[in-house]
Amino acid sequence: MEFSGFRVIKEALTSHKGWKALWRDPAPQPDYDFVIVGGGGHGLATAYNLAKTYQKSRIAVLEKGWLGSGNIGRNTTIIRSNYLLPGNQPFYELSMKLWERQEQDLNFNSMVSQRGIINLFHTDAQRDAYRRRGNAMHLTGAGGTLLNQSDLRKLVPFLNFDNARFPIKGGLLQQRAGTARHDGVAWGYARAADKLGVDIIQNCEVTGFCIKKGKLLGVETTRGYIGAKKVGVSVAGSSSRIMAKAGIRLPIETHVLQAFVSEGLKPTIPNVITFGAGHFYVSQSDKGGLVFGGDIDGYNSYAQRGNLPVVEEVIESGMALMPMIGRAKLLRSWGGQVDMSMDGSPIIDKTHIDGLYFNGGWCYGGFKAVPAAGITFAHLLATDTPHDTAAAYRFDRFNRGALIDENGAGAQPNLH
Amino acid sequence: MIIPHPLLGPRDAQEFTYLGDASLMARPDPYSESAEAEFCNYVYLRDNPAGIHRELWFHEQGDRSWLIITRDTLTHEILGAELVSADKLKAGL
Repeated sequence: MEFSGFRVIKEALTSHKGWKALWRDPAPQPDYDFVIVGGGGHGLATAYNLAKTYQKSRIAVLEKGWLGSGNIGRNTTIIRSNYLLPGNQPFYELSMKLWERQEQDLNFNSMVSQRGIINLFHTDAQRDAYRRRGNAMHLTGAGGTLLNQSDLRKLVPFLNFDNARFPIKGGLLQQRAGTARHDGVAWGYARAADKLGVDIIQNCEVTGFCIKKGKLLGVETTRGYIGAKKVGVSVAGSSSRIMAKAGIRLPIETHVLQAFVSEGLKPTIPNVITFGAGHFYVSQSDKGGLVFGGDIDGYNSYAQRGNLPVVEEVIESGMALMPMIGRAKLLRSWGGQVDMSMDGSPIIDKTHIDGLYFNGGWCYGGFKAVPAAGITFAHLLATDTPHDTAAAYRFDRFNRGALIDENGAGAQPNLH
Repeated sequence: MIIPHPLLGPRDAQEFTYLGDASLMARPDPYSESAEAEFCNYVYLRDNPAGIHRELWFHEQGDRSWLIITRDTLTHEILGAELVSADKLKAGL
């Protein structure tokens, strides 16, 4: 089933009776060439790319709950490629380029909106840091414009420019960044993968790995044993739990990140804005709600909910940045479990077990990486060699001291 | 979260800073032959359990004592709190 303007009009005239389910609900086969554990954004994008490149393989995605029920369904939908370090920036720029043609690739409306992201600065030192970051972005073709205060006053006049403690001096704008419809991304990849023959098996939890003499033979699941030549694990906050079943300890702690949405308002925030003095980022959804968030709570958590001190801190940061939101009501807040790695950067690598591959450690930034993680993880699974842009995301970087630490915070996951 | 401090009674978790898994108290032997690999594991690898977790909290905005909190990471329920010094003595560290 292809989506098109013609089709929408035709269905509108025939009571929408022609729409079919977007993917099948198959029973698991006894074995597959590739099994992807985790039916979220990364897992589905990986399966789609495997199927697209290696169309004859038999591929399954195993999802413990329902498709897209993890972090792909609960993030703040920001896509951007405004990183600094050489190991990171080319990867995120690849992802940004893929976002730009996502809807054409998948024939699905992901509502990619390149409304721009502005990182505000408040001091001379921050201005220097953002100028450096902007230059690093230009090296990969990501673009980037340094705005001064008068530019900003025209673009986002509602900010608290003259805050006595944190006056806003300017910002780094990446115009190509923006937002995407997070659920739509999962659905688009699921539909496209299913069309290429991928079995998406929901309500199928992996309970163990079958490993003989250092070689992976398959996975034990709640729906029986499934044999597999290669297994890729892509389960975000549950990374440590799943990999522990294969006896592997990870450089990861699972933490809780909260997010918030206000009641629907008229269009007021034209882009994505991040506060440079506190940790606060905000955009406005197409339904009108202000979508915002801040820091992680800071302690290990699998609860998928946070505590009130961080709620207070995030709201205070928002009020300091744009006092106008004080009149808006908070509609809801929620939490997701994020796989905080020891240097704040992800891992896409083989494990020491033959046939077992891992993609995780995305901290709170996995959503923007979905398209590139799909391509690079599929490349690794299929060829056993890392993709050029993901070559730095190896397990052994911790042993080699080759950390990719954007924040310079050291091996303390709650500081990244 | 309210932390039941053994000396000061119930205290708001906001008064504390969090370090992580309590097993971090047991540092590897720097003189062993495999010290480099052991320290690498010590610094970077974590068990990261879903469920009961023993972890180090520092009462920074209070009496500046280190506590070992036993907490369920699935529910945030706090099951116990003890001073590090007593625990260290027990463990012979």
